Amino acid sequence: MTLLSIRNLTKKFGGLMAVNDVSFDVDQGKVVGLIGPNGAGKTTVFNLITGNYIPDQGEIIFDGHNLVGLKTHKIVSLGIARTFQTIRLFKNLSVLENVLAGCHCRMRSGIFSSMLRLPFQRREEKMALGRALKELEFVGLLKHMDLKSMNLSYGNQRLLEIARALASNPKLIVLDEPAGGMNDNETQQLVGLIKKMQTRGLTVLLIEHDMNLVMRICEDIVVLEHGALIAQGNAEKITRDQRVIEAYLGMDEDED
Amino acid sequence: MLKHKNKLLLLAFTAAILSCPFFLNAYWIDVINNIGLYAILALSLNFIVGYTGLFHMGHAAFFAVGAYTAAVLNTTYSVPILILLPVSGAAAALFAYLVARPIIHLRGDYLLIVTIAIVEVVRIALVNNVFGLTGGSNGIFGISRPEFFGFTIRRPHEFFYYIWSFLAVSVVLFHLLEKSRFVRALNYIKNDEVAAEGSGVDVAYYKLIAFVLGAFWAGMVGNIYASKMTLISPESFNFWESVILFVIVILGGSGSIRGVILGAFLIVGLPEIFRQFAGARMLVFGGAMVAMMVFRPQGFLPPLPRKYAIHKIKSGDETL
Repeated sequence: MTLLSIRNLTKKFGGLMAVNDVSFDVDQGKVVGLIGPNGAGKTTVFNLITGNYIPDQGEIIFDGHNLVGLKTHKIVSLGIARTFQTIRLFKNLSVLENVLAGCHCRMRSGIFSSMLRLPFQRREEKMALGRALKELEFVGLLKHMDLKSMNLSYGNQRLLEIARALASNPKLIVLDEPAGGMNDNETQQLVGLIKKMQTRGLTVLLIEHDMNLVMRICEDIVVLEHGALIAQGNAEKITRDQRVIEAYLGMDEDED
Repeated sequence: MLKHKNKLLLLAFTAAILSCPFFLNAYWIDVINNIGLYAILALSLNFIVGYTGLFHMGHAAFFAVGAYTAAVLNTTYSVPILILLPVSGAAAALFAYLVARPIIHLRGDYLLIVTIAIVEVVRIALVNNVFGLTGGSNGIFGISRPEFFGFTIRRPHEFFYYIWSFLAVSVVLFHLLEKSRFVRALNYIKNDEVAAEGSGVDVAYYKLIAFVLGAFWAGMVGNIYASKMTLISPESFNFWESVILFVIVILGGSGSIRGVILGAFLIVGLPEIFRQFAGARMLVFGGAMVAMMVFRPQGFLPPLPRKYAIHKIKSGDETL
């Protein structure tokens, strides 16, 4: 079953065609990789999906909803959570409170119920806390929950972003270079974590430069170059695709 | 241990405040009352500046709307001033909603400039008597005193209990709010707006609500102020008042209730104590502020990390 369907997506920045008529599907329960050389438009595609940019043309259909024109927080509540390429945590807040941010959109209590501490509000707070602790345990940061998030190591900050995204109870999680800046050991852990997310029933869409990681965990790979889709398929097919090889290794002009 | 210490400090502070009426004369009680009023105003501004990190230097405008709503309705239609307390708050909140809505997406310095403009526009509108209701630069006089079941609050000693119990109730409510998803959402916005929106927080809505809630409380303080003075004029709500409130929040500790209250004591109380030094006191005051911003930019009493009842969560509990 298709969870996310992208149809003829186009985005221009001035004269630059950042994303040019891109169409692809993400199937429920799959781990899908979005790859391409620097400046290929991968992060732009992510920002279009999550509502940070509005597409010039095209449709993004997620779970029966057209996402075009929706605000980011609305898209999160529909079930798409993301992490950022450059880590964006709430630096001065504790690790636990960072994860509670993800729970926010699943909570309903307002100003009055909070000011008066109504039983409903207290129960909801408790449930959110329980969820946050579960997600911290899932990524292995439970023991650091009282630290300020800025004091975590780089790899752990990436994991915390994932925990925050998971706390919003997404159907699809969008990871922008999750292994960026991680060492081999941490990358290894990340691979295990992504597999665990898949077992939980999540669909994962990720951008990654670490080809080794992409080939190992992605069942489906989408390749972009200069904003256009040049190939899609499983790892085996992608590694043998002539246009992908040219995009990554460059073309020898003499042989043309 | 630390928790114990904080409780003792709170107890000592409450005892000290409650003992004031027994040994201070009317003049000093009035100073304490002013500190109380500024503290509530600064706590209401704290929602916008402290928790959310929005640069808002026009809070006196909301204070003015509340005060004038109370004054006009009381003097023209003789509605009891106490009944007008929520009405003043609602009027200020509505005004805040209308002016903040179009500017809520502005960032940092741009927002600051617009909020300064708002407070000036309000003051000039009041001076020019725009609706023929505000009495121009003379203001409105003859506002009645608050009346509790036949007992009229008149003397500073009586206002003391009125103002400080209002402050106490506000502190309790705000403290509970601090432990909820509402103030957490404001803190997320202060830390990183993009990440907050990306985590599912409706940033525009929460910023607006911070303004509306802050204005509601400022409007109610406006009502209390009007009944305390019985005379209000546009000059009580100028830009400088807004600056003082802003300084109380920043200097005391942005986003910290106890910090803001301490700030009110320092900014409003200290100049009274050093009144005999006349001109020089403002110089010392200015110097102290500069030193403060250099050596302790987070304020005197920055917010403490929130505590969560982790031990109450069992592994089998239902979660979100």
